[in-house]
Amino acid sequence: MKALKFPLKPIYPALLGCALLSSALLSSPVMAEKAYVSNEKDDTISIIDLETMEVINTLDVGERPRGIIFSQDRSKLYICASDSDTVQIMDLSDHSIIAELPSGEDPEQFALHPDDRRLYIANEDDALVTVVDTQTHEVLAQIDVGVEPEGMAVSPDGKWALSTSETTNMVHWIDTETNQLIDNTLVDQRPRHVEFNKSGTIVWASSEIGGTVSIIDVDSRQIQHKLNFKIKGIHPDKVQPVGVRLTDDGKYAFIALGPANHIAVVDAKTYEVIDYLLVGRRVWHMDFNGDQSKLLTTNGISGDVSVIDVNKLKVIKSVKVGRYPWGVRIKS
Amino acid sequence: MTIRTAWICFNGLLKRELLRFVQQRSRFFSALVRPLLWLVVFASGFRAALGIAIIEPYETYITYEVYIVPGLCAMIILFNGMQSSLSMVYDREMGSMRVLLVSPLPRPFLLLAKMLASSLISLLQVYAFLMIAWVWGIEPPLWGFITALPALLLVALMLSAIGLFISARIKQLENFAGVMNFVIFPMFFLSSALYPLWKMREASEWLYWICAWNPFSHGVELIRFSLYQQGNLQALLIVSGVTLVASVLAVSGFKPQHAQR
Repeated sequence: MKALKFPLKPIYPALLGCALLSSALLSSPVMAEKAYVSNEKDDTISIIDLETMEVINTLDVGERPRGIIFSQDRSKLYICASDSDTVQIMDLSDHSIIAELPSGEDPEQFALHPDDRRLYIANEDDALVTVVDTQTHEVLAQIDVGVEPEGMAVSPDGKWALSTSETTNMVHWIDTETNQLIDNTLVDQRPRHVEFNKSGTIVWASSEIGGTVSIIDVDSRQIQHKLNFKIKGIHPDKVQPVGVRLTDDGKYAFIALGPANHIAVVDAKTYEVIDYLLVGRRVWHMDFNGDQSKLLTTNGISGDVSVIDVNKLKVIKSVKVGRYPWGVRIKS
Repeated sequence: MTIRTAWICFNGLLKRELLRFVQQRSRFFSALVRPLLWLVVFASGFRAALGIAIIEPYETYITYEVYIVPGLCAMIILFNGMQSSLSMVYDREMGSMRVLLVSPLPRPFLLLAKMLASSLISLLQVYAFLMIAWVWGIEPPLWGFITALPALLLVALMLSAIGLFISARIKQLENFAGVMNFVIFPMFFLSSALYPLWKMREASEWLYWICAWNPFSHGVELIRFSLYQQGNLQALLIVSGVTLVASVLAVSGFKPQHAQR
């Protein structure tokens, strides 16, 4: 049954004489922010206009795009085209691919050094982290890490590059000065993602199969706390934490719980889970908009992106994108 | 009949219904307990059952509890409408219906005014339920409480009219148990109140068509859409049409002598 639908929003407030108020609320000037979403199965990038919440463009890129990241000035987008074994550079002014970086095989996630040049790429199949210069396109180093490296992060001060290996179950600490592996921190099974807090003192590492998130002190490189999740009505096996995002004000951490189809909201100071927000199926990665009032999540199996109102901690909308959306980055 | 006399009559009816509502507190609570049990017990067990496809008017994934709230609102109206319509025909409760029909005002007006008055009382119960649901964590947009009002009233009128029509025409359904089994339950279960129609279709095609033809489904959808500040023209037209036809049939078939048997 396909029914004719029309929005009531403009009718009733007007009837109640509140049209002025509501239109003032609706038309507050917002910068046209755009979200870039990599669709793993479609080999495309979807662009969502955050004002209208609609997909405004879909771009063809290399095979199996997964991790995506902006250059520091947000003029370029780096794309891990995993099955093309390369990192593509997209010029965001005209959406053309301007270069391809020698990434090593099967790049999945990467992190850009604050110097805007050194790109740390995890090569899942080769147990390597490849460091590439984004200007000269040269490989600067290849560092042996554990089996199946995936998560990558560079500390805000640029001192550390972190990689997680899914099979060795470790967080690897790489000194960016020497590109040497300095230390390893054992975490729970299948670590997928690492995220530094804004000051760079703490690292959050998610373990997909372990179902936990380890909070690691950067100075001692020891786990100081471990988060567990329990969602009413969902089997614990389905709770598989992957993506982690922290608000700059240090208030919240958002953890994507994979096939549990929920985002856990964690108090970043007390490490208590505040709430679980229902999103689409198999949620993996997230990104904030410019003022961190919105958080977008990529829901792989349901093929959509859910939008969370960070202040109200409510999911406000889900937007269809391509098949198996993986990474998301918002340009403000 | 002038507008003034009509208003006096309606006002009197409404006050009487309100008085009864206030005095029969147990009836009010029992009308609330029924949907709350569904919400708290039944829906909690099915939390993960939905959330696969996004259906209009929802803009994102919802839990089952969120899904059934409009259906439970319609359930409150359904029970109330049937109950008050039955009492109009058989007048088992107060005996005041016969007194009412002595009034010089035209009978159709009296019946419609009575239906409207009891519908308005149903709405009080619906809003009480919505407030408890809010505390339980089901939070539709605030404006939705206002946009849902005309939809709820229209559905209440439709169900009163259907109730009056059925109880006036079909002699076998003399008591409430009969109505419960043969009218209320099929109407409620064979609708989109508990499961979306696409889910019904997965189960069986004929079940889907029964649900799709059930006017109660359209009542539920009208409430659902309006609660989320959306219009649903198809549901609006069907509910309006059924209300009109059922009212005409009910009023024309209403013979108070049934009550004297």
